[in-house]
Amino acid sequence: MDHQPPPFFKRGPAPLALLTIYVATSIALLVVDARLRTLEVVRQAIAAVTHPLQEIAQQPVRALAGVGEQLQSTAKTQDENERLRRERLEQSAQLLRTQQLEVENARLRRLLGVGERQGVSARAAEVLRTARDPFSHRIIINKGQQDEVVAGQPVLDDAGIVGQVTRVFPFVSEVTLITDKDQAVPVQIVRNGLRSVVFGLGDGRLELRFMPANADVQEGDELVTSGIDGVFLAGFPVARIERIERDSAYSFARITCVPSAGVENFGEVMLLAPRAAKPLPAELDETAKPEPRATDRQTRVKKQRPRQE
Amino acid sequence: MQPTFTSSRILQPVRPWFVVLSLLAALMLNLLPTSEWPGIPDWAALTLIFWSVRESRRVGMGWGFALGLLMDVADASLLGQHALAYVLATYIASSLSKRILWFPLAQQALHVLPLLLLVQIIQFGVRMASGAAFPGLDYLIGPFVGAVLWLPLTYALLLPQYQPVERDANRPI
Repeated sequence: MDHQPPPFFKRGPAPLALLTIYVATSIALLVVDARLRTLEVVRQAIAAVTHPLQEIAQQPVRALAGVGEQLQSTAKTQDENERLRRERLEQSAQLLRTQQLEVENARLRRLLGVGERQGVSARAAEVLRTARDPFSHRIIINKGQQDEVVAGQPVLDDAGIVGQVTRVFPFVSEVTLITDKDQAVPVQIVRNGLRSVVFGLGDGRLELRFMPANADVQEGDELVTSGIDGVFLAGFPVARIERIERDSAYSFARITCVPSAGVENFGEVMLLAPRAAKPLPAELDETAKPEPRATDRQTRVKKQRPRQE
Repeated sequence: MQPTFTSSRILQPVRPWFVVLSLLAALMLNLLPTSEWPGIPDWAALTLIFWSVRESRRVGMGWGFALGLLMDVADASLLGQHALAYVLATYIASSLSKRILWFPLAQQALHVLPLLLLVQIIQFGVRMASGAAFPGLDYLIGPFVGAVLWLPLTYALLLPQYQPVERDANRPI
């Protein structure tokens, strides 16, 4: 004999218990995602649902943009074509010279015994949309795991550094712009070679932090990547110094910069190939000589025996 | 359930597929590029609160959690940020549903406004705690627009449940 209530009174778990479970799960997800970043697999699985939906939602806008382009008059297109051809001619002379300079530079570096600079190889990608999150500055581009994009690749446009790939999905990837509050780029002032790190401010500008108030920095100075981070290649324009506030109450100057690239614009960007790691010197390279790595006792014993004989 | 306590119309029972369809439509509205404009409300939160007030037995925290996770991934925000906000909002909405429905629509909107603000403020708090940038005050315009939209939304989402007005003489109701 069971005295259970008839099934139409069943209401499942108590709401408060459910609330506790869901809130605890959400907070656990938040902490793990913010601190450990091990949830990329979960994110990719959910993205398999959301990305098609986002693509569909973006279609009307893309169709409107397409209509706008088609309505653009032929004269305007011809003008643009003419301008582009002229620009290409003007730049080709410079390009030829640059190629010659690169060869010369490589030869001189070899003579000096300095390691060669890594060549630049880049691929174009299209900006699909900005990420909806109002708290960060990110864009979505149309190249992903399928095109062998890896997290950490620098992203440029024709004027300078735009950002860095931070998450890779199968068909798209997410680029954190240099104006994001979490993004830092090691830079160098072109005029005097002073090295520093530039941080995003979150409002479209950048800040050069922890520069002493008497540092040799002037308004209008160009900042380029210094390349000492091992991620960005050296020499790409990042920002221009806009304003310097030197307050004697603080030991550091407050230096704001504007990005050189059209960071918040839509259009085409270039993905630079990930920078090759520099090989370790022979005495530090463990992979080349596996013998000295004797961690467990047996291998050590085996190695010592031939020496004793 | 009646649209308001003053109305004499009796509604048909809600169709489950319509609830699901409206929630998915709200998600799609959120994914449109228009959601970057200032003052565009969080459609998914608004629709979730609507159904958890109207049909608290059908749409509850489970839906809030699932939609929240989808929004998190679509938004490229922290995983669990929307989920936490939506779960709390649906819980409060469904526990207040018996009270809210006795008010006229304008006053219902005043009940919904704090819920929508809660959704935004929870996300704001979570992101500030994890060190994100301040998004600007227009981040908080959306909930006010959402509360104003409560009235048209109620009519739009209850439309399939309205019965024809002409009465059958042989039927009591």
